[in-house]
Amino acid sequence: MTVGKRGLLRGGLSLGALTLLTGCDISDQDSVQSALAFFSRWNDRVQAALFSDQRLAQTFPESEAVKDFRYNAWYGPDKAPRLNSADYRLKLAGRIDNKRPWTVDELYSLPQVSQVTRHVCVEGWSMIGKWSGTPLRSFLERIGADTSARYVGFECADGYYEGIDMPTALHPQTLMAFRLSDEILPTKYGYPFKIRIPTKLGFKNPKFVTAIYVTNDQPRGYWTDRGYNWFSGI
Amino acid sequence: MTTHYDEQKHPLSRRLFHWIMALSILIMIGSGWRIYNASPIFPFTFPDWATLGGDVWTSLARHGDPGVASAIAWHFAAMWTLFVSYVLFVLWGLVSGHFRRDFLPVGPSSVLRDFVAALHFRLDHRLGEYNAVQKFAYIGVLALVALMLVSGLAIWKPVQTYPLVSVFAGFQGARLVHFVGMAGIVLFVVVHVALTLLVPRTLLAMVWGRARERRHLVTSGDVP
Repeated sequence: MTVGKRGLLRGGLSLGALTLLTGCDISDQDSVQSALAFFSRWNDRVQAALFSDQRLAQTFPESEAVKDFRYNAWYGPDKAPRLNSADYRLKLAGRIDNKRPWTVDELYSLPQVSQVTRHVCVEGWSMIGKWSGTPLRSFLERIGADTSARYVGFECADGYYEGIDMPTALHPQTLMAFRLSDEILPTKYGYPFKIRIPTKLGFKNPKFVTAIYVTNDQPRGYWTDRGYNWFSGI
Repeated sequence: MTTHYDEQKHPLSRRLFHWIMALSILIMIGSGWRIYNASPIFPFTFPDWATLGGDVWTSLARHGDPGVASAIAWHFAAMWTLFVSYVLFVLWGLVSGHFRRDFLPVGPSSVLRDFVAALHFRLDHRLGEYNAVQKFAYIGVLALVALMLVSGLAIWKPVQTYPLVSVFAGFQGARLVHFVGMAGIVLFVVVHVALTLLVPRTLLAMVWGRARERRHLVTSGDVP
């Protein structure tokens, strides 16, 4: 048989008709959602297995750090919560020995390190920035947190909430970041501090943190509750 | 006078892996386009109706998210079905001799010759035997899927698989390669489906396992 012109036209029309089928919203069906949830939980396990506390995220020379970092939230920067150091207290809860609240000055006087790492957004954009702060690990040890527990959770002043696995919380590059580009974290970027995790997607880096808790029950996450994968490591 | 038949046979394993890969690739493309739209790397986006991830406006109203969460869930589910069916298809193709027998030999000159013949609608198609353009396309698309799996892994796990991402000149380079690979696969799918519709018996063979037709003596032209 020879491929004919008439046949090609007919085939082309059928192909066009086929694409119309993709218009139906199969994604919104319950059975589909539960199948996708099954794969998402499987991916949580795979990612936890792939994660290594020895493996560091790539660091960059300071010259590659962006000065004007991209603002990103579901609300505009003018709506960002304005916390002031006089009233602010970081609350501690859960499997922690010393739950005394922390002031901004106390937090800022902790020993600090800097990192120039890539922030990767779940949407695909990425940006290199310089963050400085105290490693979450040393803070957890200082407050007597049970580091054999499974999770660390965060509550934020903008209604955001997140949680991470303990191995990630203890990773040497996971910071309570007090500074961005050598300046005290500006309001819109999460004053007084954000959790900076270069081994996680951007949305696992909560800003305006007002409470930290240690738990064995998997904390929910703002975007995880809206369908994103829980572990979201990179 | 004896009648001769051309026959196309596809064993069950080949058909099974073919269809799982086909479905997985369609899901990967549709969901990938939705994810791309969230942060385009070129000055265009894909129309919502062609993307996978539920209704954009319903999702925005409910979650403040244009269905990217759902698209990513699709993408990271289908990557497993694609990965498993691809590895089995390739291993089986190598071990059974299917690739060696049906995809080889193929060289630039034969591909060019058959490509020019196809452009003139003079390319003969015989059931059970691939022409050089087909051989090239099948080898090419299998190579592209491998490229997608590797570049996709580099995007999914740039830290844990480091320095894999350096092979693509960094994270954004890996995204670019992933996009170009997608474009190649889309081109393949369009041509592959169009040609299948022109020679529907090949589709029957890929569904039922075999198809045959009387051997024809005329090799060119619509009218004998």
